[in-house]
Amino acid sequence: MKFTVMVNEGPYQHQSSDSAIQFIRAALEKGHEIFRVFFYHDGVNNGTRLSLPPGDDRLLQKEWSELAKEHDLDMVICIAAAQRRGLMDAKEAERQGLDANNIIDGFHISGLGQLIEGGIQSDRTIVFGD
Amino acid sequence: MSTKKFMFVNRKAPYGTVYALESLEVVLIAAAFDQDISLAFIDDGVYQITKGQDTTGIGQKNFSNAYKALGDYDISKLYVEKESLAERGLTQDDLMDLVWEDEDDDWAEKPSIIMVDRAEMTAVMAEQEVTLSF
Amino acid sequence: MAMLHIVNKSPFEKVAFESCLGHASAGDSIIMIEDAAVGAIDGSAFSETLKAAMADKSVYVLAGDLAARGISQDRMIDGITAVDYAGFVDLTADNDTTQSWL
Repeated sequence: MKFTVMVNEGPYQHQSSDSAIQFIRAALEKGHEIFRVFFYHDGVNNGTRLSLPPGDDRLLQKEWSELAKEHDLDMVICIAAAQRRGLMDAKEAERQGLDANNIIDGFHISGLGQLIEGGIQSDRTIVFGD
Repeated sequence: MSTKKFMFVNRKAPYGTVYALESLEVVLIAAAFDQDISLAFIDDGVYQITKGQDTTGIGQKNFSNAYKALGDYDISKLYVEKESLAERGLTQDDLMDLVWEDEDDDWAEKPSIIMVDRAEMTAVMAEQEVTLSF
Repeated sequence: MAMLHIVNKSPFEKVAFESCLGHASAGDSIIMIEDAAVGAIDGSAFSETLKAAMADKSVYVLAGDLAARGISQDRMIDGITAVDYAGFVDLTADNDTTQSWL
């Protein structure tokens, strides 16, 4: 089956990000395809490069980044939600005349259409949020 | 591109959280994809479409007018649950007058709000192929 | 079409779980994840509501979320099935659609 997974909350604040990543790992292990992971609302914060949680705890942003690389996942951060919350990739930062970018490898910024397209193309769409 | 039945479920009041605003943004984008789109307003979601919203006292942008534009985007199925209104001391009169223009009927203006009871809402939800919650 | 309802809020904290049960159809499945897992315990103020729903719907709980909150499976309402994430994935595949009650 092809899955599109929507992640509506940021790391640590809610369990949604953990639930989503565990679900996706299990789905991949079963041989399913993850068509797209779409990060919306505070979910865009799963894509930050600059986090440093305590050493004995999980580093969610990095786990997402590595999962994306390992399985060649399409992980989309919604541009509108990202702009509201200050998530920038290099291209967008330059376009906006900002002095830094903070997105971690494995995520890319795109539009809400990607979510709808995911719903159309996938067999199942699952939302993790609050 | 295949056509699926998409439902956007709204259960939260506006302004206390961002969900109402950002879910509306998804709906407006979804309109471009030629899908069979419905919106559901249950529980506190009914507050998203009350009339007379005045946000000047709280410093947030009043985005309630955007719901009026849905008709122009061919989004004409806004299911509102009667029990959710009644539980909150509201009636349909408290809601905005949301309409769409039916091009197959000489552009006649028709209501977009479809009042349903819980059982009818359940049945509509059961028909959906993609359900997005915020 | 059978739907998998995913609830993640405790029924004691928010109305989402109750709202879910009010909108689920016969033959649907419900899975409790995250804080909603506390709803699986028998003898709570919510138990009768959930048992009534179980008459015509299948109810599951994510085992990890139950254990994380210190509730052992032997305290669950009879008839609730504990699953792991693989089981959760299977439930989404076996049902035609999903709806998350947030």
